[in-house]
Amino acid sequence: MSEAPDDAAPLVLSVERLRKTYGDTAAVEDVSFAVRRHELVGLLGPNGAGKTTTINMVLGVLEPSAGSIAIDGIDLARDRARALARTNFAAVYAPLPGNLTVLQNLRFFGRIYAVDALESRIERLLERFRIAQFRHTKCGLLSSGEQTRVSLAKALLNDPTLLLLDEPTASLDPATAQDLREAIRAIARETNGGILWTSHNMYEVEEVCDRVLFLSHGRILLEGDPRELPAQHGAASLEELFIRVAREPLDFNTGVR
Amino acid sequence: MNLTRVGAIVVRQFYLMRSSPTRVVPLFAWVAIDIVLWGFIARYLDGATKGGPNFVTSLLGAVLLWDFFTRIMHGLITAFLEDVWSRNFLNVFATPLTITEYVAGLVVTSVLTSLVGLVAMLALAGGVFGLPFATYGAAFVPFISILFLFGIALGIFASACVLRFGPAAEWLAWPLPALLSPFAAVFYPLSVLPSWMQWIAHAMPPAYAFENMRAIVAGNAASPGGLAIGLALAVGYIALAFAFFVRIHKSAVRSGLLARYSAESAG
Repeated sequence: MSEAPDDAAPLVLSVERLRKTYGDTAAVEDVSFAVRRHELVGLLGPNGAGKTTTINMVLGVLEPSAGSIAIDGIDLARDRARALARTNFAAVYAPLPGNLTVLQNLRFFGRIYAVDALESRIERLLERFRIAQFRHTKCGLLSSGEQTRVSLAKALLNDPTLLLLDEPTASLDPATAQDLREAIRAIARETNGGILWTSHNMYEVEEVCDRVLFLSHGRILLEGDPRELPAQHGAASLEELFIRVAREPLDFNTGVR
Repeated sequence: MNLTRVGAIVVRQFYLMRSSPTRVVPLFAWVAIDIVLWGFIARYLDGATKGGPNFVTSLLGAVLLWDFFTRIMHGLITAFLEDVWSRNFLNVFATPLTITEYVAGLVVTSVLTSLVGLVAMLALAGGVFGLPFATYGAAFVPFISILFLFGIALGIFASACVLRFGPAAEWLAWPLPALLSPFAAVFYPLSVLPSWMQWIAHAMPPAYAFENMRAIVAGNAASPGGLAIGLALAVGYIALAFAFFVRIHKSAVRSGLLARYSAESAG
């Protein structure tokens, strides 16, 4: 867990009454939440709960049917480029182009984000994620763990105020995942931003996140401290609570949006 | 428009070419082979029809200009397809990059890669087959400009189609220039076309370039009015193609197609 976030810390992400429908089907329904500076928030839920749909809307690649998103106080719909300049992401389903080397990918995305002093920034990130030895290796030739570290380096290029991590530890071995969790905790501590994280690994969520949001059928059903929530709802662990929320979502319709 | 971001799209293409000869060779190889093939055909026809039309100037000149147009279009769609092939849409479009900057980057990439092909064609056609560029005079500039602008427009349109219909639509995009070639009157005057085809041809900017090229080769003057119409049409098509791309992109963002692009359909 990162240092306890201050409740008065500025909001880096504010999502208000977000909704996404495809025809008659609601993928996300009336979702509101916020992420504060230095806060690490877990977005949890079973497959198809609406986590990635929510993240795609925050990233501006999916238009909400209703609701608003503000990143660092900037309305995404009105000032997309300025809002996304303060954001970055890493997702297991969005690997960097495998036909470019690590250095080429970081230079390409560094220019897209118009990063100042790009070369020195890249060098620091290569060192931080211990990928300097792969700088001239094509990303497609790297192992899953190495590719994830490169994706994280890319995600930190612009020193984002809001960092979105969609299942960053999926497909990693336990040791590599542990290293990555430590790196992400350090990011939350040291940088000026907040992190929204999705994961299916309840152990790591409990270890890493300051707060979690349980999403099911496109709605947020529970919200709170991952170390306190299980006891509050009569569950032995976060994993048991997750399974109950996934199987019996109506039992948790607590009115949390 | 942020030029650093436009430059990023261009630099990415440079990185890909630097490490991949298979991307560099097509820039000049196929157009060079075309010039060699048509150069010998024109030379043969010149010998077989002594006192007839100058085939090197008319036929080879037409091939050169048409290949330049095709390369411009293919240069743009290839740069776009690099993002399709590497499944990079999410990474690229979830950034501050605007659609204008993205398309501008594709256009600059296409200009630079097409220049390589143009230089190779000019060197071969002039140096080996004696294509007399001086014959075209100053009109060579509007010829090239019309074909360049329309090639850009067609490339943007084709990219929008691939974005809309999915990766497999690239097979519809590649032959688009060939689909238009009968109407562009590359090798024959517009007058040989039936009237319904002539109507369509008059809406095709390349037809104005090739009609004027033939007029010059026949010893007549180029029509400034015709070239101006060709240029105006080409600029208009760029505006239409860009508006079409923006519309398709917005629709893809609304429907979820962009976020799930490799699935080819958001439905």
